[in-house]
Amino acid sequence: MNRMLSIAWKEMIQARRDRLTMGMMIGIPIIQLLLFGYAINTDVRNIATVVYDQDRSAESRGFVRRMEATGFYAVVGHVNSYEQIGVAMRSRDAMVALVVPPRFGAEVESGRRAQLQLVVDGSDPQVVASATNTALSLAAARSSDLSVERLQRLGQPVAMPTQLIAMEPATWYNPDLRTAVFIVPGLVGVILTMTLVMFTAMAIARERERGTLEQLIVSPIRSMELTVGKIVPYIGVGYVQMTLILVVGSWVFDVPIVGSVGLLYLLSVFFIAASLAVGLFFSTLAKTQQQAMQMSFFFLLPNILLSGFMFPWEAMPAPARWLSTILPLTHYLRVIRGIVLKGASFAELRAELIWLAGLTLILIVVVSMRFQKKLD
Amino acid sequence: MEDPVVAEGLSRRFGKLVAVSDVSFRVHRGEIFGLLGPNGAGKSTTLRMLCGILDPSGGRATVVGFDVEKEPERVKQNIGYMTQRFSLYEDLTVEENLHFYAGIYGLGRAARRKRVPEELDRAGLSERRAQISGTLSGGWKQRLALVCATIHRPPLLFLDEPTAGVDPVSRREFWAHIHRIASAGTTVIVTTHYMDEAERCHRLAFIFRGTLLDIGTPGEVIERREIRVCVVSTANVAQAMDLLESHPAVDEVAPFGDRLRVATLGGVDPIALVKEVLGQGPGVSDAREILPNVEDAFVAMVHSEARNGAVR
Repeated sequence: MNRMLSIAWKEMIQARRDRLTMGMMIGIPIIQLLLFGYAINTDVRNIATVVYDQDRSAESRGFVRRMEATGFYAVVGHVNSYEQIGVAMRSRDAMVALVVPPRFGAEVESGRRAQLQLVVDGSDPQVVASATNTALSLAAARSSDLSVERLQRLGQPVAMPTQLIAMEPATWYNPDLRTAVFIVPGLVGVILTMTLVMFTAMAIARERERGTLEQLIVSPIRSMELTVGKIVPYIGVGYVQMTLILVVGSWVFDVPIVGSVGLLYLLSVFFIAASLAVGLFFSTLAKTQQQAMQMSFFFLLPNILLSGFMFPWEAMPAPARWLSTILPLTHYLRVIRGIVLKGASFAELRAELIWLAGLTLILIVVVSMRFQKKLD
Repeated sequence: MEDPVVAEGLSRRFGKLVAVSDVSFRVHRGEIFGLLGPNGAGKSTTLRMLCGILDPSGGRATVVGFDVEKEPERVKQNIGYMTQRFSLYEDLTVEENLHFYAGIYGLGRAARRKRVPEELDRAGLSERRAQISGTLSGGWKQRLALVCATIHRPPLLFLDEPTAGVDPVSRREFWAHIHRIASAGTTVIVTTHYMDEAERCHRLAFIFRGTLLDIGTPGEVIERREIRVCVVSTANVAQAMDLLESHPAVDEVAPFGDRLRVATLGGVDPIALVKEVLGQGPGVSDAREILPNVEDAFVAMVHSEARNGAVR
């Protein structure tokens, strides 16, 4: 314990004295936030959809089948209340919900205007636009089909509403569809990935380069004490950066935090630990600080592209989605967006936390197996 | 009491390169033991194996009673290790470096608070305690590195080329300090390629191309070579060198300012030999026999290796 604390204490002094590192810790989050927040503004398929069918008629089932046939929606389940829609959305089981009111089929049958509602999770604006537009055209197409059918059956025009099925879109969680609201929480994850992975990867490579690692290896310190002592100070750095982004984000971009800040800080430790473990893993591979830095940047790219930060995860082909599940950021984005945008609860995020904890554990085991207190 | 270091047939390969081959020696308690050899001879590799940070490819070694391969962590608790790179954290102050290494060796907070000022005082570093280590001169860095390596008061101290890049005065002070440590009972193993430093060791092991050529006190090692040395003045140094170098009994001829330093093997009288060889040529004006040193012994061994190598 003494030995571990000595390492952590020394890391903190070094970080404080190194002006460049200090500047990067504070500068990177702010610059990236402003860049991404202003600059970023894409087709979606197989959006997970739940159906709240209060009618259960042939007409309602037919509409759901036609929705699925477009390829845009994948019906993943049926729910029985608006609360259940909320649960499904916060745990990311669904992005879209179709609400069919009672007597929908009967209304259509009788030629009166019938109402449907499409609830869309607005925390990803790209999904909202595609999902809503497609549903509106489906409703319009079915309406004209019904008109033609009726015309053929009766053999003469009848007085009928111009559009028989009205689709009422409703966007939950980010009603104004502002990109910043979607980007800023995601950016917390991206920036933490970037800086934490890089700092830890370089922390051991630096000792190797300067020859001090040999001095540590020849001391009785345990590998675990050395690695844990090295990452502990950076957990603090992670929290400072996260706070910075959220504060500046709400101040400059007016991003509200819907859920519990306490829960967010509590659960973020899973992601911070996973990122630090990735950095440590790189540090066992890199011989120099430069290699460590290159590996970190190489790692950052798939994180930005595949995690769902920039492009909707739902729109990715299956192999890309499989690959993205081994990236801690993919899971953390769901956690932080879930809490910040939707007020998700611990239980709703459990699956993502299990993933993060699992990834961390695997990496720590690999690192302590790879980090031998030997020179070769 | 058992010797603190026992190496038996120690070998180490790096791929095809044999860095250390079948090296055996014992170091006694309280002794300053020198590993002498040119750069790349395998001195540092041997030291690293003894410290438990490099596994031997063959042979075995016990350090303070523990096998370096089987119980390297037990070895590490009982040794101090200092390299020519000094391994200080250059962005930490003198005092912070000491506190850090004391912590790494498991000294508790109370023990550190007592030990660190004591050691700073003893090394004359008290006034510089708040100075950033990177701004210290080479001699002070070396002194600090030694204090860091011995903060846990180990019974055995390994020094890997500790005086590289340090001025002559600091080197002398350093060696005086090493002798004080040794007389207090600490065993010291030091690698060096400075011959004057080698003569300050109690016993020496000569390592050349990974093999151990000889081992003994500086006097024993010199005696075994049967070397005699003289210094002569001559009218034509270049011609005299050519003439002497071709003589089979001459081990080495080296220019020494305006004079020549001639070493002979097999106890041959160097003055008589020089007078005989140079009598008809450039002549000898002033010849004086001097005591051979460790460097002469080392050069003689390397030459003899080269000759044997050529025969093989």
